[in-house]
Amino acid sequence: MNARRKFDQKKIAPWLFLAPGMLMFLIYVIIPVFQSMNISLYDWDGLGEKTFIGMDNYVELFDDEAFYTSLKNNIIWLVLYMLAIPAGLFIALFLNQTVFGIRLYKSLFFFPFVISQVVVGLVFSWFYDPSFGLMNVMLNFFGIDSIAVLADERYVTYGIIAAGLWPQTAYCMILYLTGLNAVDPEQIEAGRLDNAKGWRMLWYVVLPQLKPATFIAIVVTVIGALRSFDLIAIMTAGGPWGSSRVLAFYMYEQAFSEYGFRMGYGAAIAVVLFLIMLVYIAFFLTKMYRDERG
Amino acid sequence: MFPTPIEKSPRSIRLMYNVALPIALIVWLLPLLAVALTSVRPAADLNSGNYWGWPTSFDMIENYTQIFKNTPIGQYILNSFRVTIPTVIFAVALSSMTGFALAIYKFRFNMTIFFIFVAGNFIPFQILMVPVRDFSVNMGIYNTATGLVLFHVAFQTGFCTLFMRNFIKALPYELIEASRVEGVAEWRIYWFVVLPLMKPALAALAVLIFTFIWNDFFWATVLTQGADAQPITAGLHSLNGQWASAWHLVSAGSIIAALPPVAMFFLMQKHFIAGLTLGAVK
Repeated sequence: MNARRKFDQKKIAPWLFLAPGMLMFLIYVIIPVFQSMNISLYDWDGLGEKTFIGMDNYVELFDDEAFYTSLKNNIIWLVLYMLAIPAGLFIALFLNQTVFGIRLYKSLFFFPFVISQVVVGLVFSWFYDPSFGLMNVMLNFFGIDSIAVLADERYVTYGIIAAGLWPQTAYCMILYLTGLNAVDPEQIEAGRLDNAKGWRMLWYVVLPQLKPATFIAIVVTVIGALRSFDLIAIMTAGGPWGSSRVLAFYMYEQAFSEYGFRMGYGAAIAVVLFLIMLVYIAFFLTKMYRDERG
Repeated sequence: MFPTPIEKSPRSIRLMYNVALPIALIVWLLPLLAVALTSVRPAADLNSGNYWGWPTSFDMIENYTQIFKNTPIGQYILNSFRVTIPTVIFAVALSSMTGFALAIYKFRFNMTIFFIFVAGNFIPFQILMVPVRDFSVNMGIYNTATGLVLFHVAFQTGFCTLFMRNFIKALPYELIEASRVEGVAEWRIYWFVVLPLMKPALAALAVLIFTFIWNDFFWATVLTQGADAQPITAGLHSLNGQWASAWHLVSAGSIIAALPPVAMFFLMQKHFIAGLTLGAVK
């Protein structure tokens, strides 16, 4: 009798522990994904009647210039954001010493990641300001004309990415600092005996041991790049003339701004963004599944 | 240790390193230092074009009191706390339970449920935006702290579950088996055996979630409007629009918005980094 009760308890207990968390996750994450997919098949202003239009929103996307601009910018973000990884490694190597006060230096280098992207965006808009921004003050000092980074279609996306790289590099740095801490000193010594130095040591002995850190750095950097919304909203609101939009921002604009409340069209853009992300989700989960199996 | 410890290098290199370190730091934090300096400048400096020179006077108290007097920044900060603190408590509480369930029990769908929580982390916010906003409006929690808290708790549960589950999995399983032999009920095992051992994980998650939620801008703009419920990130954005070129005030506001997570980071540094670098070491 007693044994049977315990058996049941072990069967029911996990579901009781899971229930509240799963319920919340279901309501706010899982179901909305499918609702968005559904909404993307409708023409809807968010208030009135929904009109079913099938794939029309997606068809419209194919001819939408702004969609391609956003998609192109998303790719630029993805590629250039990866610079945060070598940059973070570089700073981590620079700081991986035991001189006096190094711990404080490490924390201060990490600083940009702790502050809000809103603040980072404001700081950099100001840094780029064409009339008095620090960047142009320095350029002028070297006899170069001022560049209005955020008002120039050619530079604007790169300018915002540079701002984003600042905190992202700090994040990668902290990942590598932790990784370097765990590098096996015996292997380093063995490498030294084999006369490995500098780059060769880094490439053949250290980097392979930093693989877990690199993996996490890639994962968080990809997510960071595809989530790029805050900086664009703060620094340019997608401008000039929509040239700095990315999918995340364009979607928001279509659904919730003065450009109209096109929920269905916005949802369609979000679905495309979701599908891109799905590639990475699959990549991450496969890796995790392999690790779990051992 | 790699690179070679600097103590083993010649004196000249050691000296160079010690000089390079502060210079690199100043360059790295230059944009931030500029903001800090501007936040104590008098308005007259900005009008006369003295943006980067030495301030003619240090008006720290004036500038900072001015933003508190003339703008709802105090309310924004309060709203941020009203969103952030409950989110931290509930997200950590819920995920300690889900993590426990997924780490301790063997049952069908264990792996599936775990992977769904993990995958949820990567979902772009935009695909949730329209339905979540709709849901909040229908429930009457649009433009309230509660609305933001509920969403954040739900979404953060994904990341927190991953964290908690891996942490509990690394605890010695014999502890649980021993308790079961003693006839301890399952919920008591959770409460009296596992939870006390999870203190480092709870602390790490608490600081991380605090920072993430405090710094959230997207959901603050989607789920709130106006000073009644807007957190500081959204508030700062709208203030920036009003202040136009009053950069000394924008700077002071930015510094204030950044302070709580920065303080949190310095107070709980060890936990913060332990949380962020989860999985970075095998």
